[in-house]
Amino acid sequence: MVALTWGMLLIAIGVVIAISLLVLGGVVGRGRHVDIASVPVERGGNGLRWIWIGVGVSSIPLVVALVWTVSVLAAVSAPTGKPAVVIEVTGAQWWWKARYMDRDPARIFTTANEIHIPTGEPVQIRLTSADVIHSFWVPALGGKTDTIPGQTNVTWLQADMAGTYRGQCTEFCGWQHAHMGFLVLAQPPAQFRLWEDAQIKPARPPTSPQEAAGKAAFEFHCGACHTVRGSKAGGSVAPDLTHIESRTTLAAVTLPHMVGTLSGWIADPQAIKPGVHMPVMDISGPELERIRSYLQTLE
Amino acid sequence: MPGVIAERVPRVAASSAVPRDELEKIWQTQPGIAGWLSSVDHKEIGLRYIVTAFAFLLLGGVEALVMRVQLARPDQQLLTPEQYNQLYSTHGMTMIFLYAMPILSGFSNYLWPLILGSRDMAFPRLNALSYWIYLASGLFMYAGFAIGAGPNDGWFNYVPLASRPYNPGMNIDFYALGMIFLGVSTTVGAANFIVTFLRTRAPGMSINRVPILTWGTLTASVANVLVVPSVSLAFCLLWMDRQIGTHFFDVSQGGQALLWQHLFWMFGHPWVYAIVLPAMGMVSDGLPVFCRRPLVGYAPVALSTVATMMLGFGVWVHHMFATGLPNLALSFFSGASIIITVPSAVAVFAWTATIWLGRPVITTAFLYFASMIVLFTIGGVSGFMTASVPVDWQLTDTYFVVAHIHYVLIGINLFPVIGGVYLWFPKMTGRMLDERLGRWNFWTTFIGFNLAFLPMHLTGLRGMPRRIYTYPHEMGWDGLNLITTIGSFLLALGVLLLVINVLTSLRHGVAAGANPWDAGTLEWATPSPPPPYNFRVIPHVASRHPLWESRLKESDERSLIEDGMVLDHGRETAGSTPLDGEPDIILKMPEDSYAPFLLTIAASAGFCGLLLHLWWLAEVGVAGVDVALAVWLWPERRLGQRVEVKHV
Repeated sequence: MVALTWGMLLIAIGVVIAISLLVLGGVVGRGRHVDIASVPVERGGNGLRWIWIGVGVSSIPLVVALVWTVSVLAAVSAPTGKPAVVIEVTGAQWWWKARYMDRDPARIFTTANEIHIPTGEPVQIRLTSADVIHSFWVPALGGKTDTIPGQTNVTWLQADMAGTYRGQCTEFCGWQHAHMGFLVLAQPPAQFRLWEDAQIKPARPPTSPQEAAGKAAFEFHCGACHTVRGSKAGGSVAPDLTHIESRTTLAAVTLPHMVGTLSGWIADPQAIKPGVHMPVMDISGPELERIRSYLQTLE
Repeated sequence: MPGVIAERVPRVAASSAVPRDELEKIWQTQPGIAGWLSSVDHKEIGLRYIVTAFAFLLLGGVEALVMRVQLARPDQQLLTPEQYNQLYSTHGMTMIFLYAMPILSGFSNYLWPLILGSRDMAFPRLNALSYWIYLASGLFMYAGFAIGAGPNDGWFNYVPLASRPYNPGMNIDFYALGMIFLGVSTTVGAANFIVTFLRTRAPGMSINRVPILTWGTLTASVANVLVVPSVSLAFCLLWMDRQIGTHFFDVSQGGQALLWQHLFWMFGHPWVYAIVLPAMGMVSDGLPVFCRRPLVGYAPVALSTVATMMLGFGVWVHHMFATGLPNLALSFFSGASIIITVPSAVAVFAWTATIWLGRPVITTAFLYFASMIVLFTIGGVSGFMTASVPVDWQLTDTYFVVAHIHYVLIGINLFPVIGGVYLWFPKMTGRMLDERLGRWNFWTTFIGFNLAFLPMHLTGLRGMPRRIYTYPHEMGWDGLNLITTIGSFLLALGVLLLVINVLTSLRHGVAAGANPWDAGTLEWATPSPPPPYNFRVIPHVASRHPLWESRLKESDERSLIEDGMVLDHGRETAGSTPLDGEPDIILKMPEDSYAPFLLTIAASAGFCGLLLHLWWLAEVGVAGVDVALAVWLWPERRLGQRVEVKHV
């Protein structure tokens, strides 16, 4: 696929250079700044040979590109064997929900915006949408696939090198289309399994009265939309925050995840991401403080 | 055609035998506002089209500049997301629907009867209607923008984002109704071009003697008649989903989100060809004038125009490669999208051969036409890249495609159009545009355009998605975006120079004379500007270049321009057979009429009624349309639609 892109790009550049030189050669030195009526009108040659040769020559890269395209397409769409991991990714205004599937229902878990995958293994991504059409794209790992309500599209990811790959929604989806990023974090398989085991666990119960108060405030103010497994917060329209401390970014890769940005986001999401569906909550300063401290325990 | 009378055989005479003032009296539009509202003169309507479309171009340009300021640097907050979304959507709507097609309709309206040796379009009142509805629908959609309810889901307007649950305001209702309304204009205009092409060519102008511009507009018109219903239907279904509770696109009720995309792109892609083929025709006709020789490969170029359109009906899915359609379907549309470059290559080599085998005289118009070949190639090869499915999966919805569409629309539409302005301004106004200012104009637009859009391919290859109102600094797109913004302002300056040139030359330009470029086609046989009746006698055409015949010496037959049929019993022109251009009928042409204007007013009221849920107003609008149609279609004796029967 990468070779095809480069190949097509090189053909394209070659054609542009050839035609530009042809036009320049016809004009520079030959074109005259004279009174037009002083230049006689003559047919000269009929020139049809130009067209047949030109079209003939340019058909060669066309046929090459066509055959190359179809064979790459056939290779890409051939069954890739059994996926090592299956992830259901749901696009929503303006974040990504990732549900890691497993034959054992107890090992199914949900996270958001940061998708971990094992290196060197094919990962199947099953795409759907909670609202409007979005498009799932990790430029360094492959092409785009739309998430369309009412249908499930399948794409594959495979990262051979460990690292963090940025992804982004690429189908216009409303106000915050610009801030609908996600990360794909490719880890060596052993590390990935550890991460998976940690994510499956519910949140750690509060260990102090302050934490318990924070948990209660969170459940009261945030629980209708967000889920923290192991608490009363069970909303499903916003990101699952059970292990939010394990994530490096906030608000679909809009902010780095730090104490200050987390507080700022809870206090006034509309200032950071105008139009986002998270409302500005009517909460006092100390309450905000308690909620933030509670979230910081969710590792 | 309003009416036909076959009884009389027109006399043939020298044009000097036909008094000018008598023809003038028959054909002239009355002065003042009354004439302005009732004129059916194709030249008047053509100029209105051109001026209106140009005004929309300037509006769309200003919208683009505001967006470019926002994107010049990362994380800017000049615009709110909603403002940005309305701006980019309105920019697309304006340039694609209210500029690109209407400007070409304007040139074709103005030029066709002159080029074809006729006195007006086949349906002059329909022509007026097509302009009025274009203006009314443009104002209708801009009224939405003016009150903060412009389209905000892109010109492509995908559902379900454009459905009511996600977009409850009036934005999409303005856009949907406005597009249905505009579709009426496009459709009647297209029907008019088709019949004009087939039936009103001068005697002797067989179908292989018409200039390529007419092939381009004819092909575009046939396409429009076939595909505009698709988009009108799509917008109609969407409006019903939004306002009267149907569920065509409502997934939760068994509707289909992708249905919209199919209906839209079945229209949308042929439309792209419709807004470039007539402009390519301008280049095919304009380059030879400045290369002092006929176009190389008339027949292959004409046929490739038609072939492009035919293939153009089979490529729409290349807008939908990422939607999860089966790979077999993708392969077919990918193949068709690659193959469609073949007819384009025919045109490119025909143009370069015309330059090489001719003796190019450098004028501003020539520079626009010749540089268009390069821009066309760049837009073509980037299209060829996105035609390859796996490559498109990377490139689609990035700035690479933004660069591509602008090379297509600016390179293949705006550049030929500005070239066309330099070429035909003398015909339209009787004055030359200033060539010195013209060079400044050309080089500023050319450099500005390429500075703005060539690096944009790279922006796309580096992953910047389209339609984002801002971007973070970390992405590394700052420098490229700043260059694009600078280039876009330079391009705007170039367009401003054109405006200045037009405005000053209108008053102070050198007098042009009938044929300042010593060109070979029929429009240059008329005075500049042409009189309301175009030709004093109907010319007889013997070749593709009636004014170059004596120099090309390709046949002994000569076109007759100063001798021909005298048609002066009221407004008349010659009708001819579709292929051979044999004269077979005298066409009785209608007088000026208020009916098209009144019909447009009534229809506008109807659409406002639908928009505001004022059902009584919608009914009044329909009734008004009926009345206007009755007035319009009432049989007239003068047009031969009614005859006196003597009772014995």
